Amino acid sequence: MMEKDVLSETQKGVKSRVKLASNIQRYGMVLVFFLMVTIITILSPRFLDPRNLLNVVRQISIISIVGFGVTMVIITTGIDLSSGSVIALVSVVTASLAHPNQYPLIIPILVGLLVGGITGLINGTLIAIGKLPAFIATLGMMITARGLALIYSDGRPITNFSESFNFLGQGYLFGVPFPIYVLALTALISHIILKHTKFGKYVYAIGGNEQAAIISGIDVVKYKILVYTYAGIMTAIAGILLTSRLSAGQPTAGVGYELDAIAAAVIGGTSLNGGIGTIPGTILGALIMGTLNNGLDLLHVSAYWQQVVKGFIIVGAVLMDKQRRI
Amino acid sequence: MIPESEYILEMEGISKEFPGVKALNCVDFRVKKGTVHALIGENGAGKSTLMKILNGIYTPDSGIIKFKGKEIKLRSPYDAIKNGISMIHQELSPIPNMTVAENIFLGREPLIGRVPIVNDKEMINKTRELMRSLEINIDPCALMRDLSIANMQMVEIAKAISYNSELIIMDEPTSAISEKEVSHLFKIIKNLKEKGVSIIYISHRLDEIFKIADEVTVLRDGEYIGTESIEKITREKLIEMMVGREIKQMFPKEEAPIGEVILEVRNLTKRGVFYDINFKVRRGEILGIAGLMGAGRTEVVESIFGLSSYDAGEIYIKGKKVKIKSPIDAIKNKIALITEDRKSGLFLPLSVRDNIIMASIDSYIKGPFIDGVKVDEFCNKQIEQLKIKTPGLMQIVKYLSGGNQQKVLIARWLLTYPEILILDEPTRGIDVGAKAEIHRLITKMAKEGKAIIMISSELPEILGMSDRILVMHEGRITGELYRKDANQENIMRYAMGITS
Ligand SMILES: Nc1ncnc2c1ncn2[C@@H]1O[C@H](COP(=O)(O)OP(=O)(O)OP(=O)(O)O)[C@@H](O)[C@H]1O
Ligand SMILES: [Mg+2]
Repeated sequence: MMEKDVLSETQKGVKSRVKLASNIQRYGMVLVFFLMVTIITILSPRFLDPRNLLNVVRQISIISIVGFGVTMVIITTGIDLSSGSVIALVSVVTASLAHPNQYPLIIPILVGLLVGGITGLINGTLIAIGKLPAFIATLGMMITARGLALIYSDGRPITNFSESFNFLGQGYLFGVPFPIYVLALTALISHIILKHTKFGKYVYAIGGNEQAAIISGIDVVKYKILVYTYAGIMTAIAGILLTSRLSAGQPTAGVGYELDAIAAAVIGGTSLNGGIGTIPGTILGALIMGTLNNGLDLLHVSAYWQQVVKGFIIVGAVLMDKQRRI
Repeated sequence: MIPESEYILEMEGISKEFPGVKALNCVDFRVKKGTVHALIGENGAGKSTLMKILNGIYTPDSGIIKFKGKEIKLRSPYDAIKNGISMIHQELSPIPNMTVAENIFLGREPLIGRVPIVNDKEMINKTRELMRSLEINIDPCALMRDLSIANMQMVEIAKAISYNSELIIMDEPTSAISEKEVSHLFKIIKNLKEKGVSIIYISHRLDEIFKIADEVTVLRDGEYIGTESIEKITREKLIEMMVGREIKQMFPKEEAPIGEVILEVRNLTKRGVFYDINFKVRRGEILGIAGLMGAGRTEVVESIFGLSSYDAGEIYIKGKKVKIKSPIDAIKNKIALITEDRKSGLFLPLSVRDNIIMASIDSYIKGPFIDGVKVDEFCNKQIEQLKIKTPGLMQIVKYLSGGNQQKVLIARWLLTYPEILILDEPTRGIDVGAKAEIHRLITKMAKEGKAIIMISSELPEILGMSDRILVMHEGRITGELYRKDANQENIMRYAMGITS
């Protein structure tokens, strides 16, 4: 009898521990985020100033938007290294069409989206039909698109935009920067696509087990091409916002953005092995990186040291997360 | 008092809980030295979990393990091997791009002297020696990915034995191999037993248990039910212990009215694989395909389903010639294929729900979106009908027991409402209760007027379920038998290629 009681006590203990573990597993990165916010706030209360907070969100909007496409690509077990260069190409092409009194605003936007979409379509075709590894196909695009951007702009920034074009990256609506609206909208659309459409389900299926997807009658080639095209369009949106924000079409813009976007996705729980990942997770990943940048700025950490600290914290956060998952 | 030496293994009060699932509740398990001890129970009963604890993959929440009378702590499979315990896993995990020898010696490659360079020659020779001693005919230099599933399983068996362990755990070693290899394995087990090795043997095939085991332990829903000596127990009693109720009829075959021909295959040939395959299947008919592993049965149905190509021949559906170039075409023609290798069909990181709906998403589309309510409704119906044991629709399929994974796969295909249902080893790794359930379901589908092709390496299943039986041998159909004429002997004769 005694023994039985002792046993059920330990079993209860186990039960609550298991429950806690599964909760931490699900919300691990949220905890990391709040821990970071708390520490930064203690060290520099200015962090919580609403204007600063909006600033953080505005700063992460571009990486997040790129990250939404990249998240889908990674869920299919792919990768997209071309985002940064595609931003540059979209930037110079859009800029050249956005001068005052040149075209209505819709033209530079549509052409920008088209350019991004085409690069994605090419990536997807090379990967799905050409059977190239995604790493190689998008590496090729990364180099080529950068070159094209330099050729198109002759290596120089393109400036002087219409009022309305400038608004996209710099304007405010009801006191909130316009890019934040774009962020919210693209996040919502991407999330709904991923969770509630056939396309989304197939993205998970292809990453979960490509062979099984084929057996289940899924047109894997078509959906892979679509995923990369979607990523290209998201990148184009980010590129247009960045161009407007910088007031210039820059052939050197977006260097390293692809890695930031991949980092945001992975910190947010997207698995490089495919089949796992969410849009809210990617936003969280971008928020963690953005908060870190902002906090280190507020604390006047030197730019060189910022890099080191960032590297450590990114790896540390994911490491902690993985540890808990085992 | 039992003398200490009688038991090689004593597991006491083992409990293990996964999020949402109590896999084991205070289970006792003892194995006598030099015996074959069967461990049985329904899908999800906790057999594999108990064995993974014994192999150091999971740590138990409570309980102790005594090996040769001494309490041991196992933190990894490496610990287990050091203690003299090795395991053949239910899910094969070969490294496809490595050779057989490299797979067997993974992590303990013989080196050249003291330098860290692998001595390939020695490795290959040792593997050859091992294979010879076990009378397994597999080339040590063959790539793992080129082997059939049955041969992969034989390699796993050889690997587990090569550690010279005192206790070998075999988790459903026969689910992927045919009668011939099974009797080979039994010979190996008998030899091991003579050398004093103890074996824990998990299988859903009761015939095997009665043939090979000395003792049997039954688990049900994570609880220890009992241990019996095999001589003192009957089949019926065992089943009752496993499922907690009696199962009346193993093969609930009902004759369905047989209608017109739906599928006809003419002279289908894929050079080097199968030749001149001719057959017809009618509405309401269950066509069994028997044969040994490697007879080409799977390849034939994969070609019909568009998963692989063929060199010559034609396929007719309802009298019309069709071209099936991919599974997409096959599904359009209302063909479904439940593949033999569970892993190649499942989306392991995805939920039970997503796994079930993936081949029939078009039927839940409302505007641009998937109708979540409808999806849940359909999935719940399947889970109920097939008695899939899962804590919920959102459970990740990876965490289901093997048999329940198989049921998820079947559910997916039932939702495509096929007219021609091809099942390749449909009840592999499925417990007796669920097996009867699936057989009943197959019968029901036949009665609804579907044509059914069922490949099985289990003769009682073929004999119990089929209206007509094709037997294949080395890529050719060597015999065709009607239900009333078929028996184990004539099927086996055709399967071995003895035609006179
Ligand atoms: N890693 C895991 N995470 C969560 N649940 C798990 C995990 N592994 C097993 N389970 C659950 O524990 C229970 C026991 O599973 P186990 O694999 O031991 O069953 P089994 O007796 O081997 O069944 P089968 O005959 O189908 O192989 C099942 O309900 C299963 O879903
Ligand atoms: Mg199991």
